[in-house]
Amino acid sequence: MFSSFMVNAWEVSGIVAVVAGVVGFFTVMRGSAFAAHAIPNGSFAGAAGASLVGVSTLFGLGVFAFIGALGIGLLGRRGRHDAVTALMLVMMLALGALFVSLNTQYAPEVYSLLFGEVLGISSNAIAPTLILGAVCIAAIAALYRPLMLSSALPEVGEARGIGTFRVELAFLGVLALATAMTVPVVGTLLIFSLMIGAPAAARSLTDRPGVAMALSVVIALAIVWFAIGASYETDWPVGFFVGTGSAAAFVLARLWQVGRERYEQRRVLGSVVA
Amino acid sequence: MSAAFFVFAPGFWDNEAVHIALVIGAAVAIVTGVVGVFTVMRGQSFAGEALGDIGTTGGSAAALVGAGPLAGFVAVDVLAAAAMELVGVQRVRGRDLATGVVLGAAIGLAALFLYLDTTQGADGGSTVTILFGSIFAISSATIPAVVVLAVLAVAMIVALYRPLLLATVSPEMAAARGIPVRLVGALYLLALALATALAAITIGTILSTALLIGPAATALRLTRRPWRAMFAAAGLGLAATWIGIVLAYDSYHWPPYEHGWPVSFFVVALVFAIYLLSGAVEWARERRA
Repeated sequence: MFSSFMVNAWEVSGIVAVVAGVVGFFTVMRGSAFAAHAIPNGSFAGAAGASLVGVSTLFGLGVFAFIGALGIGLLGRRGRHDAVTALMLVMMLALGALFVSLNTQYAPEVYSLLFGEVLGISSNAIAPTLILGAVCIAAIAALYRPLMLSSALPEVGEARGIGTFRVELAFLGVLALATAMTVPVVGTLLIFSLMIGAPAAARSLTDRPGVAMALSVVIALAIVWFAIGASYETDWPVGFFVGTGSAAAFVLARLWQVGRERYEQRRVLGSVVA
Repeated sequence: MSAAFFVFAPGFWDNEAVHIALVIGAAVAIVTGVVGVFTVMRGQSFAGEALGDIGTTGGSAAALVGAGPLAGFVAVDVLAAAAMELVGVQRVRGRDLATGVVLGAAIGLAALFLYLDTTQGADGGSTVTILFGSIFAISSATIPAVVVLAVLAVAMIVALYRPLLLATVSPEMAAARGIPVRLVGALYLLALALATALAAITIGTILSTALLIGPAATALRLTRRPWRAMFAAAGLGLAATWIGIVLAYDSYHWPPYEHGWPVSFFVVALVFAIYLLSGAVEWARERRA
């Protein structure tokens, strides 16, 4: 399980989990779950197109992720935001379907792009993942205050001269960057469940934003590493363990939250009665 | 060479696969147009998109047990709609999260089923067929089921029309008038699940949202009246589907030769184009006003 080719998988997926945990925290806080689903999913077309014209997959993913982010940000100013996100997503996916059908050798790779292929990561994937991951974290650090303010209190942000639209566009840009680096590892459909499940679980466990973000990273790491180990043992796809693991983490955290609230209520009631 | 010959490549009108595609495409476009208007008005595009994607789980599970994809789509979408209702899709706050969690878990399951499909000897093409659809490969035996489900979904919307409209525009007023808002919402979600399953067999699970949201969002830009928007959405969806089928048939004569372009690509591209066009129309109208 810890042989040399597996070490790459552990390392790369660790970087992915950290980025997903941090970026996902703001995704959940801003209620951008749909955008976090649409951008990675649509960027699938970029990978298929890159393979068709013979350029690097990472480049194709990046270009389409940014086109998607820009399209959602700009068209969403005029139309209904969720309808625009849906349409942008399906348009990119349809292009992906076209590229796949034009490129007959590509079909088997569709599955690994959509659902991830963590076990086939080579050692030269580590450096680009690390660099892009660092850029993502740095961007979030630089945007931390305006993001926090415009997510939690949009009116106050506006009053202080923080344009909601510009913050939204910047955040979608970070989401696109995170997509480009994480998709080759966990697949277009699954980075989303990691980005939602882990931070949502963390937010159920604590109200403090800093703690929640750290917790979100820890939970994401736990899910991904568990998924790799389980996938190695069972030969089942890693995506299955990431998807169901994220949902399980969320459900467990929610149960914990509900249980704790009940306990607090009972204690307060008990002290009143006594 | 007449113009008609140029538009409809030889054999278009005699081809049985084309006949089936035209019939199923029409039924599906009408249902998704009617149901989609409320999806857009209620801001449930993400729920529609999620139900479409979740259909992948049903399609791949059906392939595993040797059943038809439509049965899988319908069964899983109805179950998922119930799950989403239970975890709180009716609240505006936090419902994207609820949708997202259900979607993530379902996609994880789909990954497993598709993997088992390919390892247990079923052909490797099933991934692409389920995800991106292939309307030309539907057998005529599916038509009755499609028509029944289509009529059922439209009948539900017609029967629910007034309470649903009020619950959509103003839930408080609807509740004050004694309309069971949550029940109406749940029934609507059921109709949405049926419509999404139908769209999935036409243009694939992950593209089904295009038929659901595109024509409806376009229609709601052109008219404010829900009734008119429903007719317009059904018409626009029908036009996009039929023109898409014609173009896909013609594309066998385009490069790369003897290898058609996917129908789903044309349908989605047309839907996206009319949405952008309607935006331009709306903009021009506002400028004039």
